[in-house]
Order: sequence, then C-alpha cells, then structure tokens
Amino acid sequence: MSFLRMIRWIAACAALLLASTLQASEPVRIAAASDLRYALDEILAVYRQAHPDAAIDVIYGSSGKMTTQIINGAPYDIFFSADIAFPRQLQERGMTVTEPAVYALGRIVLWSNSLDTSQLSLADLTDPRIRRIAIAQPSHAPYGQRAQEALQAAGVWEAVQPKLVFGENIAHTAQMTQSGAAQVGIIALSLARFPDLARHGYTLIDDALHNPLTQGYVVTRRGADKPAALEFAEFMATGPAHEIMRRYGFLMPGEQEP
Amino acid sequence: MLGLSPADWQAIEVTLRLCLYTTLILLVIATPLAWWLAQGRSRTRVVVQAIVALPLVLPPTVLGFYLLVTLGPHGFVGRTLENMGLEHLAFSFEGILFASVLYSMPFAVQPLCEAFSNLGRRPVEVAGSLGAGALDRFRSVIFPLTRGGFVVAATLTFAHTLGEFGVILMLGGSIPGETKVLSILIYDHTEAMNYAAAHRLSLMLLIFAFITLFIVYSINRRFQVARA
Repeated sequence: MSFLRMIRWIAACAALLLASTLQASEPVRIAAASDLRYALDEILAVYRQAHPDAAIDVIYGSSGKMTTQIINGAPYDIFFSADIAFPRQLQERGMTVTEPAVYALGRIVLWSNSLDTSQLSLADLTDPRIRRIAIAQPSHAPYGQRAQEALQAAGVWEAVQPKLVFGENIAHTAQMTQSGAAQVGIIALSLARFPDLARHGYTLIDDALHNPLTQGYVVTRRGADKPAALEFAEFMATGPAHEIMRRYGFLMPGEQEP
Repeated sequence: MLGLSPADWQAIEVTLRLCLYTTLILLVIATPLAWWLAQGRSRTRVVVQAIVALPLVLPPTVLGFYLLVTLGPHGFVGRTLENMGLEHLAFSFEGILFASVLYSMPFAVQPLCEAFSNLGRRPVEVAGSLGAGALDRFRSVIFPLTRGGFVVAATLTFAHTLGEFGVILMLGGSIPGETKVLSILIYDHTEAMNYAAAHRLSLMLLIFAFITLFIVYSINRRFQVARA
C-alpha cells in the first residue's frame, strides 16, 4: 500500500468515525453526590428496564466539586447534590432552568469494619485506641461538613482533629474506612446500607447534632432542551424510585422519622 | 506572608520535606542500581530496567491502590509493622515518602544510567589497577566525571515528587502537616472555589517547575559541550 493510499484510507476512517459521533445523540449526563452511588445505580437499572433506549450516564463526586465543574462548563444536564445549597448557588449564577428541589434527606453514621460501632458514640472517638478517623473533606463535601458539625456539637472536634483523615468525597471516605486504614469513618447512611458494608453494622449519629442534609437537585441550562433529562428527573419523584431511596436509608421530602 | 495562609505554608513545608527526603533516599538507592544497570552484564538487567520504568507508564491510581492495600493494616507491609508494635504506613508521612521513592525512581535511575554508560568501564578499571579501593574509585573517578548526571537526577526527582498527586490522594488522606502536600491543597482550594488561593499556589509551582527545568537543561547543554 502506497503512503498516499494509506493516508486516504486513514482519512476515510476518520470521516466515518466523526460522522457516527455526530449522529449519535448526546446522552443525558447526571452529576450526582457520592452518597447516591448505590441507590442511584439501582434506580437507573429500573429506569432503563422501562426505557430501554434511554442513554443516561452518571458521574459521581463531591457536591462542591460538581458545582465547580458545572460553573466551569462541565456538560452535566442534571445535578443531584447532597446539599441543596449548591444547586441554589448555581441558580444564583443563572445556570439552572428548574427551581432547586428537595429529593431526599440524608443521615450520617459511624461505621467501622473492625470495631463494633453499636457500642460506639462520638465521645468514644477520643479513645487512644482509635488512631485514625475518616471524614469527607468539609470544605467541599456536605457529608464532611455535617460530620464536622456533629463532632463539634459533641465537644470532641479539638480532641479528634489530629486523628482525622479526609476523603475526597463520601464514597472515597467509605473506601478509606473499608480498607481498615482508618478504623472508624463518619459516612453516609446510604453507603453503610450497601450490602458489602452493611455486614459490619453502623450507628446513626443523632441528627440534632448537625444541620440537616437536605439533598436537592436541579436541571442545568445545558439540560433544558433535553426531554430525556426532565423525564428522568420526574421519575425520581415516583414510587419505584422512592422505594429504592428508602431502602438506602433516605427520608423522602416531607417525611418524618418512622 | 505573600498572601498565603498558615495552612498554605504548612503544605509548602510538608511538600519540601517530602521532596528533599525522596531525593536523598533515591540518590542512595539509585546510584548502585544505575551502576549495575549501566555496567553489569547479567541477564536480569532487562527485567529490572522494566520494573524501574513502570511508574512512567502506570497510572498513579494503580500505584496508589496497590500501596494502600500493601501498606494498610491488612496488607503485607502494614500487618508486619503492626505485629512489631509499630503503626501501619497508610495515611502517614512515611507512607507517602515510600510511595514517592517508588514513583520517582525512574527519574533518578535513568539520568545516572546514562551518565555511567557514557563514562564506560575503562576509567574505573584503570583506577582499580592503580590500587584505588571501591570508595576511592567512586570518590575520585566516577563522581567527578558524572557530576552532571547526579545533578540532573536530583533535580528531576525533586521536581517530579513536587508534582505528585494521584498516589498521594489515594494513600495520604489529606492530613494537614502530615500528608497534605501542595498539589492536594490546590485541588482542595479549587473544589471549594477558593480560586485566589489556588492561583497563588499554582503560580508559585509553575515558576518553580520552570526554574528547575531551566537548570536541568542548562546543565545538560554544558555537559554536551564538555564532551564535544
């Protein structure tokens, strides 16, 4: 094959590839807080059964990080935040097309894969035998902020500070704890309910000790002209989605503790 | 000072300490290793060469993951340390130092390898036949002739460790004064939308990286001129 023919051949391939990517419609991209990692995956599986041709991708991360990315032009159509304050920030910047709406209330728990957390309180974290405690980074992860508030309210923040390690988001924090490198983690109830982690049990942290984890979502300007994005957002408010969310320990908007 | 907060200075201090220790440890390890790779004739050299170069192609996340598993309390190294009554290495300065030594290994070994290859075997053999001991041979023959290689190895190791991110994110736990290095702090600043702080630190790193590379290339040029 001569050099020129090879060049032509490559050009033809490139043109074909380009044409196919232009033809394929853009999928709906969801940016979601890491505490939804298991619940939302399950909800999507149900949704895809009902809508086999729906093209939806989810990207998980800390809510603060997702907000920064959206402000800087990340191609996300819907944003499920762990704290409604972040979607409101986006609204103030005129980057949204829906009112930030509450879709769930989250809780934080003490979790460990080596200690029996049923016997553990926040005050016990000062015990010298507990050397490392993992929380999410309070500066940009809502679950980390709430963990800090709870530790402060329990009066142990100063004492445990030297022991703290910080996960980049709440799923990373759970992974740090699961590896055993941090003996105890303050993680999302929704992650502690995941079968792999649920084997070890968890202790709910009194929600009077911290601000509520009011989780809100919003459709971004980019998702405005995607009917599929709005359709999925509506599905999150239906029975089947609520049922999965409840199983992962979320309270639905307006619900009280059972 | 310079518009930086105490937390910023703390991260700078941790970073410089990490880079300095990594460079010193690597020079001690890499010198004999590079000598063996450059001068040895054994068959295992190719295998070792490939292992040393792995960090160049492996994603830092791979290295970070394996190190977390190995250095953590359930891993081989971590468990051994715990059984000896010591602490495991995950989420500690020693842990990220261990990681940095592995991660920057090729940047120390390869310039030294090149310098030793260019030196050839002859000067050392001559010195040996004149009765110089091993240490004397290194001190009065090898080192003066390959000094440039050492400077390049040290500078590149230092600079590469300065830019480490993925491994430390997996293994460090972002502990202020212990494992929170500059790259992690800049990341945290951007995630929390403290762009001004992120800018200041990023610009510092950028200037520092440029000066470092400038030094390396000027030495490299002098080197070639000297040989020509």
